[in-house]
Amino acid sequence: MKIQGKAWVFGDDIDTDAIIPARYLNTHDERILAEHCMEDADPDFSRKINNGDIIIAGKNFGCGSSREHAPIAIKACGVSCVIAESFARIFYRNAFNMGLPILESPEAAREVKSGDILEIDLSSGKIHNKTSGKTYQASPIPAFMRELVQAGGLIPYIKSKMEESFND
Amino acid sequence: MNGKTLSEKILSAHVESGEVKAGDLVEARVDFAFGNDITAPIAIKIFKETGARRVFDPYRIALIPDHFTPNKDIASANQVKILRDFAREQGLPYFFEVGRVGIEHALLPEQGLVLPGDVIIGADSHTCTYGALGAFATGVGSTDLAAAMITGKVWFRVPETIKFIFKGTLKPWVSGKDLILYTIGQIGVDGARYRAMEFTGEVIEKLPMADRFTICNMAIEAGAKTGLITPDSITKEFVKPRAQRPYKFYSPDENANYERVFEWDISELEPLVAFPHLPENVRPVTEAKNIKIDQVVIGSCTNGRLEDLRMAAKILKGKKVHPRVRCLIFPATPEIYKQAMEEGLFKIFVDAEATVSPPTCGPCLGGHMGILAKGERALATTNRNFVGRMGDPKSEVYLSNPAVAAASAILGRIAHPDEVLD
Repeated sequence: MKIQGKAWVFGDDIDTDAIIPARYLNTHDERILAEHCMEDADPDFSRKINNGDIIIAGKNFGCGSSREHAPIAIKACGVSCVIAESFARIFYRNAFNMGLPILESPEAAREVKSGDILEIDLSSGKIHNKTSGKTYQASPIPAFMRELVQAGGLIPYIKSKMEESFND
Repeated sequence: MNGKTLSEKILSAHVESGEVKAGDLVEARVDFAFGNDITAPIAIKIFKETGARRVFDPYRIALIPDHFTPNKDIASANQVKILRDFAREQGLPYFFEVGRVGIEHALLPEQGLVLPGDVIIGADSHTCTYGALGAFATGVGSTDLAAAMITGKVWFRVPETIKFIFKGTLKPWVSGKDLILYTIGQIGVDGARYRAMEFTGEVIEKLPMADRFTICNMAIEAGAKTGLITPDSITKEFVKPRAQRPYKFYSPDENANYERVFEWDISELEPLVAFPHLPENVRPVTEAKNIKIDQVVIGSCTNGRLEDLRMAAKILKGKKVHPRVRCLIFPATPEIYKQAMEEGLFKIFVDAEATVSPPTCGPCLGGHMGILAKGERALATTNRNFVGRMGDPKSEVYLSNPAVAAASAILGRIAHPDEVLD
C-alpha cells in the first residue's frame, strides 16, 4: 500500500492535548474532532492540510492521555500517516487499533522539512522524500501488529474470534 | 535462570501458559476493565458495532462519568447518557451517578473494586495508579476497552522493568508527589516509555497508600506502561476492609531481571515544582519563588485524597487565600468529601476563602470548573502541565504537592510551606 502527501513537521513530545484538546472531548463526532486536530500546536492545521498529507514529529509523539480521539482526529482530518522518531505507547496501540498507519524513523523525523513531498510504502516501511531525493527505511512493524492490521484492526479480529466461538 | 519482576509475576498468573517474560506478546485475562464519560462512549459504540450482546462479566466492568460531571453542557450530558443506558441494558452494577461518583482512580481502589494481583485495563491513561496496590494496571484506548468488555481478555507486550530504589528519609513537606516529580525530572517524559517502573526501597516501604497512589499515578508521565509497588502490611491494611473479591499479593523475585536500576538517596530532596509545559521540567520550589499565580487547584486523581486535603488544611488554617488568587479544592470521591467535611476541613477551606467543588476531574484537563483565561497561570496538584491543559493555549500550569499549592494560594506566588507557617 502506497501513500503520497505533503509533510507537516512538528517537534518532540507532542501530547494528546495538543493533538485534540480536552475542551472538545464532550463529543466523539469525527467531523468536530477533525476541525480541531493539532489546534494547540498549530491553530490553522486542519484548514491548511490536504487529504493524504503526512505528519512528521520528533520523539514521544502522542504522550499523555489515552484518548482514542487523538488518532480519530488525525485520521478524520485527512492525514494518511504519522512518521515520528518514537511514539508514546497508548497512542501507538490506539493508532493500530484505529487503522491509522504510523512509522518510526528517527532519520526521516530529523531530516524531512515541512512542505516536502513524501511517498511511503507501508508494507516495506520505505519512505521516499521526492523533494530531497532521499530514501529512509522505517523500523518494521512487529509481526503481531501486522497480523492485527491484516485482520483490518482489532475489532474485525475480535469479530472473527466471536464467529469462531459461535461455531464451536 | 532469571527470576521474575512484579509485572512478569502478575501477568504469568493471567495467561494460559502460566509463564511470561519481558518482550513476549501475550493475551491476558482481565480482572477489571473500565472507562469514563470521554472514553466509554466510543467503546460502547464499538461494542455494539461488533454485534456483541453481553459483556463478559458485569461485575468486572465499571463505567465512571467523572470528567465532565456534573454535566457541564448538553454534549457532555449526552455522553454520560450513553454510559447510563448501556449500564442499564447490560445490568452493570458499577455505573456511578453524581452523588456516588468520584474520580475513577481514587474511587475504584476505595470501593475495593481493583485489587492486588489484578490485571486491570482502563480507558484512561492514569489507570497505572493501581500499581500502588501491587496490580498490573495500564491505560488503553476505547477500542481495547470494547474488546476487553466482550472477551475479558487483552493483548500485551510484557514490558521490561526499570527499578527505582529510594533511600534516606524525607524532609518535612516532601511527599510522594515530589518523589515522582523527581523521578520524571531525572529520566524525562519518555524515560520509561513502554516499560514498567517498580518503586522500592526504605522510603517507599514507609509511605502511606495515598503517597503510593500518587507515585504510581504519574508513571504514565514518564511514558511507562505501569508503575508498581510490592504490596505489604500498609497495602493489606488499606485493602482488607474494602475488597469485594479475593486478591493475591505478588512480589518480584530477588534475581529478577531489570533493564535498569536507579538508586537515589532523597534525604536532601526539597519540595519540587514542574514548570510548563512538561512534567519533566522540575525545579526545587526554592527556585520558583517569584512566580505569581492566578489560580490554585488542589485535587485530581493524583492528589485529591483525604491525606492531601488534610495537608492543605494544615497550611490554610487561620489564613486567607491571597486576594488575587482563586483557590479550588476538589475532594476526589464522595467518601473523601464526607470525611473531609466531618473532620472540619471544609470550614478551614471556606474560612480561608477557598472553594470546595464536588468530585470531578474538572479543571485538570481543562474540562470545566476552573478554566484558565489567556495569559493566566495556575499552580495545581494535578499531573500534566501541557500547553492548554487547563484552558487557553496561552495559559500556564505548574505542578506541585498539596502543601506547596496551599502555601502558594496564601502568598499569591509559588511558595515553600515554611514561608507561611508561624
